[in-house]
Amino acid sequence: MSLVTILQHTLTGVSLGGAYALIAIGYTMVYGILRLINFAHGELFMMAGYFMIFAMASFPWYLSVPIVIIGTIVLGVVIEELAYKPLRSAPRTSIMISAIGVSYLLQNLATYLFTALPRGYPELPYLKKVFQIGDLSSSLVTFLTPVITIVLVFLLMQMINQTKIGMAIRAVAKDFETSQLMGIQINNVIIFTFVIGSFLAAIGSILYFTDRMSVNPFSGSLPGLKCFVAAVLGGIGSIPGAMVGGFILGVGETFMVALGFSTFSDAFTFLLLVAMLLFKPTGLFGEKIAEKV
Amino acid sequence: MDKKKLLKIILTALVTAAFLFLLFYYEQDKRKNGHALSILERSAIYAVVAVAMNMLTGFTGLFSLGQAGFMALGAYTVGILTIPLEARQNIYYISGMNETLASWHMPFIPAMIIGGLVAAVSAALIGALILKLKSDYLAIATLGFSEVIRAIIASPQFDRITNGSYGLKKIPRFDTIFIPVIISAICILLMVLLIRSSYGRAFKAIREDETAAEAMGINLFKHKELSFVISSFFTGIAGGMLAGYMGSIDSGTFRITLTYDILLIVVLGGLGSVTGSILGSFLVTAGREWLRFFDEPLFIGSWQVPLFRTGFRMVVFSLLLMLVVLFYRRGIMGDREFSWDMIFRFFTKRRKKVEISSQGGSHD
Repeated sequence: MSLVTILQHTLTGVSLGGAYALIAIGYTMVYGILRLINFAHGELFMMAGYFMIFAMASFPWYLSVPIVIIGTIVLGVVIEELAYKPLRSAPRTSIMISAIGVSYLLQNLATYLFTALPRGYPELPYLKKVFQIGDLSSSLVTFLTPVITIVLVFLLMQMINQTKIGMAIRAVAKDFETSQLMGIQINNVIIFTFVIGSFLAAIGSILYFTDRMSVNPFSGSLPGLKCFVAAVLGGIGSIPGAMVGGFILGVGETFMVALGFSTFSDAFTFLLLVAMLLFKPTGLFGEKIAEKV
Repeated sequence: MDKKKLLKIILTALVTAAFLFLLFYYEQDKRKNGHALSILERSAIYAVVAVAMNMLTGFTGLFSLGQAGFMALGAYTVGILTIPLEARQNIYYISGMNETLASWHMPFIPAMIIGGLVAAVSAALIGALILKLKSDYLAIATLGFSEVIRAIIASPQFDRITNGSYGLKKIPRFDTIFIPVIISAICILLMVLLIRSSYGRAFKAIREDETAAEAMGINLFKHKELSFVISSFFTGIAGGMLAGYMGSIDSGTFRITLTYDILLIVVLGGLGSVTGSILGSFLVTAGREWLRFFDEPLFIGSWQVPLFRTGFRMVVFSLLLMLVVLFYRRGIMGDREFSWDMIFRFFTKRRKKVEISSQGGSHD
């Protein structure tokens, strides 16, 4: 492999990783607060892909993007209110089964509404334009994704660390019950978390599918699992961790494919997960929590 | 009291005989009853996986989502070993079959047992790595391994063994429905015996409280591994039967959705109830067929009811399951087992209620 090829693959990998990172943050924040693997998050991301297809069919892109974001946020919050909120005091397994149920429902709903055949993803103007830097050539979206990811993570960290709602999120993640006793409106905080998670999933979906060019009802499930792995890798509950985990997975996967092990790239992801859980269960940036392993 | 016991035995024998007679009756005209037979066959196979999953999740408290992967191992083993020798050339037309494997051939039952063993050995290796993990982490790790197994099966590097992504065809199908039904019954019986043994009690102790179980002298790792390996063995056996039922398989058959199907059966039947899982697998498999009319266009007079078209069935089905998860969390059976006493009590209670209300004077 020449240096240019390596750089080219790194660029592709970082770009894929950026999209993963945005989705992984949704997992990590929800897990941080509810201790729930939100299995439906991958399907939310898939639905955002379909929203974009239909929005672009009748609106210009500058209207479509906000429509997709709002649609995804509404869907995310509705899932929280209908499927997770009633089970707040139930055992954790029940909530997880409910999450699996939602993911199953969304897959079937998408198959029903949009058929199982892949649909072409609309092209956003400018995003697919090919750029050339030295010997590297890539479409704009490939360069743009990591930049957008880093900017969004920076803003999110500012919000978490500086604002009042950010403080509430940190408090709830630390100790659910005590923060309730301190007068924090738990449900508002949870809804807000889902809003942020869904917002990032919508952005991630636009960036991811612009590169992949088609959506089908199952295109959310595997990326969803991978992004959860990314969240674990970075240390669950940690937002910068999720971002780093996303980048590592994206680059690792791209190189596996480049070396001719494309069918094993998914296997690589899960072996990484197991290795991480066995040797450093708190992840790269996670806090020490005893209950994981 | 003895009379009651006798009555129970007679009732059980009657129900079993009726079920067998029904199968026998259906068998007489296979073409006409093919649909019903195929539902019953699939239900019997799913019942084994569901009980195996329940043993792991409901009784030992290990939330594992690796069923599809272990089923794939069993199914592929059966496929590779039972496809008739003369058909192999045509199936492995892309890159040929591995020379040693190409001459191996055996009847279904030994192939199925080898399939179960393959699944059990892989489970032992995987389990040694991941059984330390707790609840949702274990779930995601097993889910991951299931995907890994699927990826390995479909990978071009294993073309000469598994035929890569082309899948296996012409696996001999069952001649009669009695083979899968009897095998399923034996498997479930063995698992029930295990659950009732001292091992089963140790499993339940682990489910209730790991620390307490350990303090009572239960070797946590040994019992978890045992439960995981045995559950995977039977899952592999069921996978082998699925291969014999479907006749052709490919790696797409064993997607995560297959595991979800089984999980929903177990939840619907009730976590921790063997009879619930059996009931669940028949209800879910048949329910999908009963709901089939949702997939057909429906007319009332000349007005076509909207929504009714292909795929609507699965939406309704998953909505029903969500309702169970949300409002009827314990499933049909909860963690109780079916017994005739339950039926007796149900009727006596009703009779009493009727008596009370006919006397009048009750305030509620």
